[in-house]
Amino acid sequence: MSRILAASTAEFRIALRNRWVTIAVLMMALFSLVLAAAGSAPTGDVGADRLSVTVASLTSLAVYLVPLLALLMSFDAIAGEVERGTLPLVLTYPVSRAELLLGKFTAHLGILALAVIVGYGLAAAAAIATDARAIAGIPALVRLVWTSLLLGATFIAIGYAISALARRPGAAAGLAVLLWLVMIVLYDLGLLAAVVADGGGSFTTDVFPWLLLANPADAFRLFNLAASEATAAAAGISGAAGTIPTAHSLTSIALWPFAALGLALAAFRKVTP
Amino acid sequence: MQSLTLSTITKAFGAVRALTDVSFTVAPGERVALLGHNGAGKSTLMKIVLGLLRADRGQITVLGAVPGSNAARTGTAYLPENVAFHPSLTGLEQLRYYLRLRGETPAKAIDLLERVGLKDAARRRIGTYSKGMRQRVGLAQALIGTPRLLVLDEPTSGLDPVSRREFYTILEGLAADGVAILLSSHALTEVEAKTDRIVILRDGLLVADDTLANLRRKAALPIRLQVAARPGSADEVAKKLAGGRRNGVVVDLLCQHDDKLARLGDIAALGAMIEDVEILPPSLEDIYSHFSQRPAS
Ligand SMILES: Nc1ncnc2c1ncn2[C@@H]1O[C@H](COP(=O)(O)OP(=O)(O)OP(=O)(O)O)[C@@H](O)[C@H]1O
Ligand SMILES: [Mg+2]
Repeated sequence: MSRILAASTAEFRIALRNRWVTIAVLMMALFSLVLAAAGSAPTGDVGADRLSVTVASLTSLAVYLVPLLALLMSFDAIAGEVERGTLPLVLTYPVSRAELLLGKFTAHLGILALAVIVGYGLAAAAAIATDARAIAGIPALVRLVWTSLLLGATFIAIGYAISALARRPGAAAGLAVLLWLVMIVLYDLGLLAAVVADGGGSFTTDVFPWLLLANPADAFRLFNLAASEATAAAAGISGAAGTIPTAHSLTSIALWPFAALGLALAAFRKVTP
Repeated sequence: MQSLTLSTITKAFGAVRALTDVSFTVAPGERVALLGHNGAGKSTLMKIVLGLLRADRGQITVLGAVPGSNAARTGTAYLPENVAFHPSLTGLEQLRYYLRLRGETPAKAIDLLERVGLKDAARRRIGTYSKGMRQRVGLAQALIGTPRLLVLDEPTSGLDPVSRREFYTILEGLAADGVAILLSSHALTEVEAKTDRIVILRDGLLVADDTLANLRRKAALPIRLQVAARPGSADEVAKKLAGGRRNGVVVDLLCQHDDKLARLGDIAALGAMIEDVEILPPSLEDIYSHFSQRPAS
């Protein structure tokens, strides 16, 4: 435990020196504020309070931004140490690879939490300041925070797996971008195309919901939109998946971090310093 | 019990046979120098001892445990060749991290840095350190806690002459406390005076494992006698002694250890023609070359 903490402290300090903490917080804050400003235009007499509306738009932002930030922080974690030549020495210390990985993980997740809380907090403050009813949206906001962290945890761990498999920072960066593109952008497009081609057949009813659940980003979106009163505001794929029970999407986003960490550890164990 | 035992260690990287049937031991309190040409397999052998690489064949015991096991890692300290650290951390932060990984109090970091002469630079980032300063950080981390086996890969590379001497003084103290030390080096003269035993690898084969005195005897290299003749008599001296002329006045002779006195007698018999005689025993470089060069075939 103290060794995990030691690794975590060192990693956090490095991220601080490399301005990663500042960059992550600024990025989340900037995007959240832009969203809050865009959402503050009068929306007519929609029933939802302003915070719930903000949370709905933050959800669609988080699906893109949280995995991106997570991958940006983690892709260098192991490949960078291999390249710098710092790995052999630390591996001769009485510390397991799992402990080293968890140390990095807690540091990176902590930085992500800071960025998420600052970003969402700013957007929420803007909503509450302009709408007295916005307090009603607080539970949705809290839910968005912890699910964002689960999503982030998944992609941080996936980033480690990529980092360990690639062995070189350049290759790891390329793989991370590719993975983000496939899992966050192309996956949904592909599913949408398949659903359209299927024309309401057995793929749409039997296979499609499971494929949505299998992708942590989709499960994240499903859970937050299904649980939120502003579901109506969400368009596209989630409408087609309105029948998926919340328990299923919750299970997916809760299990993914562990699966991804397992994958990362297996890949890290294969790295010969 | 031996601190380190290797028996018939074999390791190949594809077609490259890095180590072949290497066996030797290191006892507590013993300083063993591992010598060999570039690519002889020294670093590979050390990585196998530390459990970073797995041998293809053979057995190793490190402090009575399996290499890489928790017991072995707890009692072993390592200094890799070309040691590297994260450039964003300061020397102090880096050592505090290593101390905590070994379960020691981070407060000891500044003492360790002082021991290797880095106290003034402790709060500067390692990225700004010179090569020798980074090497000293590497030495400082190897002194953490109470290791019972030190594995040091070219520990003095990049160190200035004074720091080298200080480094060997530290090693002497550790060895006196019973710490076993295995170090590799290309600086033969320092190894000569500061280690107890020499192991030489050639193309992954162990070709020597003994004290320097014994290696000197085994190599049976000729002793060189340098005879300085009086001006004008060098030719005659060279002819009478059947030696080679080197320059205007010096005549070179080679002789075996057992012939030394007889040859000196011959020289003394020339009396007034001789100005001086130097006896040059085979240098460590000669002995090293004798063992580490491939036999001419
Ligand atoms: N990871 C590796 N992959 C392939 N070959 C390797 C690897 N590591 C070492 N070798 C080869 O094994 C042989 C021994 O290398 P090693 O690094 O042990 O030499 P060394 O004695 O430490 O040399 P030096 O004095 O230059 O440090 C060399 O031929 C080297 O090319
Ligand atoms: Mg080497």
